[in-house]
Amino acid sequence: METIAHKAKLSKSSPVVRKYRALIHHQQDMPVQPDISVKHLNKVYADGFRALKDINLDIEPGEIFALLGPNGAGKTTLISIICGIVNLTDGEVKAAGFDIIRDYRKARESIGLVPQELNTDSFETVWDAVSFSRGLFGKPPAPDHIEKVLKDLSLWDKRNNRIMSLSGGMKRRVMIAKALSHEPRILFLDEPTAGVDVELRRDMWEMVRKLRENGVTIILTTHYIEEAEEMADRIGVIRHGEIILVEDKSRLMSKLGKKELRLHLQSPLEKMPGQLALEPIELSEDGYELIYTFDSQQEQAGVARLLRTLGDLGIEYRDIQTRESSLEEIFVGLVNE
Amino acid sequence: MNLYGVRAIYKFEMARMRRTLMQSVASPVISTSLYFVVFGSAIGSRMGDIDNISYGAYIIPGLVMLSLLMQSISNASFGIYMPKFSGTIYEVLSAPVSYVEVVLGYVGAAATKSVILGVIILITARLFVDYDVLHPFWMFAFLVLTAITFSLFGFIIGIWADGFEKLQIVPLMIVTPLVFLGGTFYSIDMLPEVWQTISLFNPVVYLISGFRWAFYGVSDVHVGISVGMTLMFLTACMIAVWWIFKTGYRLRS
Repeated sequence: METIAHKAKLSKSSPVVRKYRALIHHQQDMPVQPDISVKHLNKVYADGFRALKDINLDIEPGEIFALLGPNGAGKTTLISIICGIVNLTDGEVKAAGFDIIRDYRKARESIGLVPQELNTDSFETVWDAVSFSRGLFGKPPAPDHIEKVLKDLSLWDKRNNRIMSLSGGMKRRVMIAKALSHEPRILFLDEPTAGVDVELRRDMWEMVRKLRENGVTIILTTHYIEEAEEMADRIGVIRHGEIILVEDKSRLMSKLGKKELRLHLQSPLEKMPGQLALEPIELSEDGYELIYTFDSQQEQAGVARLLRTLGDLGIEYRDIQTRESSLEEIFVGLVNE
Repeated sequence: MNLYGVRAIYKFEMARMRRTLMQSVASPVISTSLYFVVFGSAIGSRMGDIDNISYGAYIIPGLVMLSLLMQSISNASFGIYMPKFSGTIYEVLSAPVSYVEVVLGYVGAAATKSVILGVIILITARLFVDYDVLHPFWMFAFLVLTAITFSLFGFIIGIWADGFEKLQIVPLMIVTPLVFLGGTFYSIDMLPEVWQTISLFNPVVYLISGFRWAFYGVSDVHVGISVGMTLMFLTACMIAVWWIFKTGYRLRS
């Protein structure tokens, strides 16, 4: 099992990614340029803390990439370097094909960032704050675009309100509106739904999907694994400043995921029959349930063998339930390895 | 050149001035007017002329310079410190703007505010004291040059400061004493010789002297030296700002 994947391979399988390959590169034989390309990136802070260790990562146009990792793993440092907020120590980073140092203007023009913290200018109106962001990123005033962004984010009614008068969720929307004001090709969402209610979280997921449909590449960090499971095409896991895995979400779940089969017995067992001792199986405390855990890829052989053995032993069951492990369980397993 | 970026920062800063008119304009105009009333009209009428200029008129260039320096430093330092404090600096750092453009936006707005304030103070002074401006072009040139130089200095303080206390330390503990001892209320020729020599190490002496020359044609030091010293300080500030952005000092970790 390749859990350590320093060199992330590009996913060619996603239909959305294929679509944008075609859109961006009219000739199919042209090489695809990743929207984000990180090579041998290292970051050592002034106090000697090594935040990133030889990071290599490519993110394709039009994909939703979820970067997962525990607190302090280096997610925000990585994003901050790509966006120009933190200096890299060594390595090479390109955004939209442009080096973030040599061609910083073109690289940054293509990026929108929604940071983790709700950093807003409290005394500004929503309209002024979003217009400011557009100008800062070198775009001429476009009231129609600002209006569309505000309407998409349900902020239109609040356009003349000062940001300080808005709720936390509304401020989060303002942060997103600012990031989208200059029509970026790449959008970084650093913990976008931290502290927002369920309704707003669903709205944001919907918005992210729409952006992707419009060709925006989205890189998302989140503590809500459910969010990554819901939206991401690919998952990257970072731990102690190292990328330990990059994989298609569906492939990751089938590769690393576990399945659980629960058999509800007709009558309780006092102890585990000897014939089942070698199987990864547990007996519940009340003796009414057998819990069998197996790799997704081995399900056919293992389950069939177990059911045959139970039949041979004359153990009858009245119900069968199966459950697949969530991305969260896979993630916890990875970072605790 | 990202002119839209420069304009965005400039407009944002000027909007802050409009939101805080009392603090930005009314407060310094009132406090400077009190000097004109007390030292110009009240006490000044009982004091002798200096270099054939009435005392009330003599102190005007120095008092305008005091406000100009304080406001330039305050506007620029606050302008860049607040985004650092609130965290909104991330947007400027991640935007396609060069450090020259960032400086043009912040320092340009701070200097504009200071020049506007300086002109308002000059107009207000006219209500209390009669004065002439012998060289209007040079008076305005000194006003603009000083505003730019000290806005740049304030910008550096704003980046250096890691708390509100530090924002106040330099203007109150260093600049104010230098202005008061820099010939605002007297000619340095009136000092004992040893203090005259010491005063020449005070950069504000050159600013006030040059500014006063633009008003009345009299100065403590030659006007060319005043311009030269101001340009030297401006160059030093520009080098410091260049170094700040090159190294990311207190901006990029």
